[in-house]
Amino acid sequence: MMPDLGKYAGTVLSAYAAAMILLAALVAVSLWQGAKIKRALAAAEQRANHED
Amino acid sequence: MSIWDYANPKKFMQTSTLALPWVAGLAVVLLGIGLVWGFFFTPDDYKQGATVKIIYLHVPSAIMGVSAWFMMLVGSLIWLIRRHHVSALAAKAAAPVGLTFTVIGLVTGAIWGQPMWGTWWAWDPRLTSFLILGLFYLGYIALWAAVEDPDTAADLTSVLCMVGSVFAFLSRYAVLFWNQGLHQGASVSVAGGDQVSNVYGLPLAVCVAGFGLMFVTLVLLRTRTEIRSRRIRALMARARAAA
Repeated sequence: MMPDLGKYAGTVLSAYAAAMILLAALVAVSLWQGAKIKRALAAAEQRANHED
Repeated sequence: MSIWDYANPKKFMQTSTLALPWVAGLAVVLLGIGLVWGFFFTPDDYKQGATVKIIYLHVPSAIMGVSAWFMMLVGSLIWLIRRHHVSALAAKAAAPVGLTFTVIGLVTGAIWGQPMWGTWWAWDPRLTSFLILGLFYLGYIALWAAVEDPDTAADLTSVLCMVGSVFAFLSRYAVLFWNQGLHQGASVSVAGGDQVSNVYGLPLAVCVAGFGLMFVTLVLLRTRTEIRSRRIRALMARARAAA
């Protein structure tokens, strides 16, 4: 199934690996930050409701 | 119904809640199809051999690196003219996404350039202006982080964004008016023309669409996070004022 990349196998695979690592890191950080802030907002709104 | 309705954070959150799963799903499908098609089912180029497969990462990420800056410019101008917070927050949210695409463009370009040009890097007009655009992204993100008042930060970063647009423009069009350097002309052009054979061009078009939708997905996601952060700051300020 793997195509024959010949003498450029290292070049092509390293380009794909670098891009995938960077994209995966961006998605992971965006999701993690989103979840963290969502929890923080829920806690802040709960505190605000108690104070009202 | 006007586009300015989405300047209301509540309306933006409602609409993006509905749109996000569809946009994200379509991005994953198009990226999957485009990359699998390009990597597994396209032939080697007669000159570049298998390195031509890097085009499916390099070209879409470079296009999105430049396009993200122009999206930030639109958001910044809307902020400066109409003072809609969501537009400034969307520009802020887009910067790390644009930076990542720019870095992917630079890294994959260097990896591709080494066997084809015999060098990882050249101070070519297009490469240099693209590198400077990447540095502008870093400066833009740092400026947001350095200024405490969000409205002042939005003002200052909007001005920086307008200045940086010169390099976004140059990195896209430098090859047209500086006919020198190693980098060839545009691979993808709105004006058309046969820069890339259809064998490579069709999966490339799918990848460009996939990267574009991935950008939209991440900007929506990150803008929602920024809106929530702003709400937390407002609640904390209200609590401090009440105490």
